Amino acid sequence: MSSVNLDQSLNSAATVHAADHHEEGEHRLFGFIVFLLSESVIFLSFFVGYIVYKTSATDWLPAGVEGLEVREPFINTIVLVSSSFVIYIAERYLHKENLWGFRAFWLLTMAMGSFFLYGQAVEWMGLDFGFTDGLFGGTFYLLTGFHGLHVLTGVLLQGIMLGRSFIPGNYDDGEVGVAATSLFWHFVDVIWIILFILIYVWQ
Amino acid sequence: MTEISLEALSPKREQPVPGEPENWRRFFSFSTDHKVIGIQYIVVAFVFFLIGGFLAMIIRGELITPEADLVDRTVYNALFTMHGTIMLFMWTFPVLNGLANYLVPLQIGARDMAFPRLNAVAFWMVPVFGVILMASFLVPGGPSQSGWWAYPPVSLQNPTGNLINGQFLWILAVALSGISSIMGAVNIVTTIIRMRAPGMTFFKMPVFCWAVMAAQTIQLFGLPALTAGAVMLLFDLSVGTSFFDPATGGDPVLYQHFFWFYSHPAVYVIILPVFGVFSELFPVYARKPLFGYKFVAVSSFVITGLSAIVWVHHMFASGTPGWMRMLFMASTMLISVPTGVKIFAWVATIWGGKIKLSTPMLFALGGLVNFLFAGITGIMLAAVPFDIHVNNTYFVVGHFHYVIYGAAVMGIYAAIYHWFPKMTGRMYYEGLGKLHFVLTFVGVNLNFLPMHPAGLMGMPRRVASYDPEFAYWNVLASLGGFLLGVSTLPFLLNMISSWILGEKAPANPWRAIGLEWLVSSPPPHENFAVIPTVVSEPYGYGKNEPLIASQMASTELTSELS
Repeated sequence: MSSVNLDQSLNSAATVHAADHHEEGEHRLFGFIVFLLSESVIFLSFFVGYIVYKTSATDWLPAGVEGLEVREPFINTIVLVSSSFVIYIAERYLHKENLWGFRAFWLLTMAMGSFFLYGQAVEWMGLDFGFTDGLFGGTFYLLTGFHGLHVLTGVLLQGIMLGRSFIPGNYDDGEVGVAATSLFWHFVDVIWIILFILIYVWQ
Repeated sequence: MTEISLEALSPKREQPVPGEPENWRRFFSFSTDHKVIGIQYIVVAFVFFLIGGFLAMIIRGELITPEADLVDRTVYNALFTMHGTIMLFMWTFPVLNGLANYLVPLQIGARDMAFPRLNAVAFWMVPVFGVILMASFLVPGGPSQSGWWAYPPVSLQNPTGNLINGQFLWILAVALSGISSIMGAVNIVTTIIRMRAPGMTFFKMPVFCWAVMAAQTIQLFGLPALTAGAVMLLFDLSVGTSFFDPATGGDPVLYQHFFWFYSHPAVYVIILPVFGVFSELFPVYARKPLFGYKFVAVSSFVITGLSAIVWVHHMFASGTPGWMRMLFMASTMLISVPTGVKIFAWVATIWGGKIKLSTPMLFALGGLVNFLFAGITGIMLAAVPFDIHVNNTYFVVGHFHYVIYGAAVMGIYAAIYHWFPKMTGRMYYEGLGKLHFVLTFVGVNLNFLPMHPAGLMGMPRRVASYDPEFAYWNVLASLGGFLLGVSTLPFLLNMISSWILGEKAPANPWRAIGLEWLVSSPPPHENFAVIPTVVSEPYGYGKNEPLIASQMASTELTSELS
């Protein structure tokens, strides 16, 4: 192949690349949704396990444990669920190209997520049963811990997206990272609602 | 388009020498080229296939006499555990991922996968978890002995008391394999759905891509269930939780549900791409269009759907209630309908064709015959009364080895031979290929057919010693096993010497129809200088219709790139 031909083929390839650039972001969002669907099956499996254990175990609660306190987790739930609306407002601001509005509400989401994690930690500290205390202890810490790990991941991702908003012109065309993080946050939120009903409401 | 800067011209992706397929060093680099990654997958997987096969030959050596005399019983347990684990997680999944990686972008007319870097990361996890699994030979107490199912409470025994024990490493390796497979699945599904060339509707897409998409969909919904079970097993083993340990109130049968909810469909993850390979090869070597193309394509997804509701047939003897047995017996038998559609279509494709019995066709035909046999014993096993009778016997072992070796591995060989000229730019030696086929086909049947009578007589699986009345069948099986070991030698010789010295391959040595055959062998960096526009169904053999919009463009493309 002569060098002229090589140049030509590179040239045409580059033209198509530029056209592809916008599509690439959409691939990422699509791939992320596929991943989230797959991830949801892990939670589904844990939920099914929880239901099987709860309905079939002979001694469900460990000795000396009456049940779970609902008040503080309920406050936590309200904070986490509301943060889903806050992150939506942040996204709208970004859509309107109001970067400071985006940053303010995005930061508020992060604060609410961190509050949830703090509340979760406080609850764990105050419990008088551990991970190895029977099926109840095991499933409780498994579910809340695995979900908490996702909340932590979400807050970290939000931190990265916040940092990237300071790169000039970064969010000018398309904000796939923000959209994906926001989607992840809604996912974490929905999982928590199911989890709250299974563990705290259905006692 | 005058604004395109020089930056856009410089290749974004790391590649030692862009556009130069002759540079062999790229195979040892963190390349993001799907063709390099595909070959990396195939070669690494084959190394593990040889290791797993070596373990299998020790197993067959042990079983050639009724006494446990060659290896210690605990070593024997470790051998069959590692054999199964390696063959599934380190050979069949990665090699099929390699084929999918190599072929899917070429067949759908894309320059690369949707996420090239994720692709490379997913591949490089394979040697990592392979080494982790192999390292379990070195820890005190040796590798896991609980079989590739790792059923508790057996898998929860930890006689050495170490945190890092064989079972721990096993779970770690399987979990990493799962993460790698999920990455691969997300990538492949996104690529197929979103990156097809203009004009390539789903019903103009090659059946191999259909089959790969169906298989990867299973990974997406099945693997997370296994991951959930593995995480809980790991906590039971290492932290002392009581999810699956009956001694502390746990439920070992729940683990079996988690495990088989993935691991039965996993068989379809393996066999579906092989069905895809059959569907690609028969039209080429019989010179006829694929019979019932749309039915063959859609039947893969019917199998995917059904695969989610059959797993309990592995647990007929696990205290499963009667109504559940009935339900899962029926759903399992239903699988034979879409599978039968495929077999019917393949036979109809071959029927009356101008058959050319070259190596890929021989392997595909051999694989088809073996699969038919495996399917018949599969239907037998789906019937509850029969399954209870042969549960945990060699009948089951014989059945699934016909699927995995007889159909899947032979299909993989067929694919490797068929696309070898495309991948390497060289032709393989036909004589060695035919020798390889004869050894493999005879080896498979000599090894796995005697397992059926042994199983019917009641020989249990996973035992190092057995009643002398089973000796006759075991001697035959062992001879077949050694023959299979020998069969890899002509293959290795063929592949290595052809790659170095083989005759240069033209772009389309088989006169096959498909986008991958329109580019040079091996294809250039980024595959297509101009993305083709697809105008007709694949498999237009004998129809004399153009595959892509302008055949002029295609000839220009080929000549420019060669």
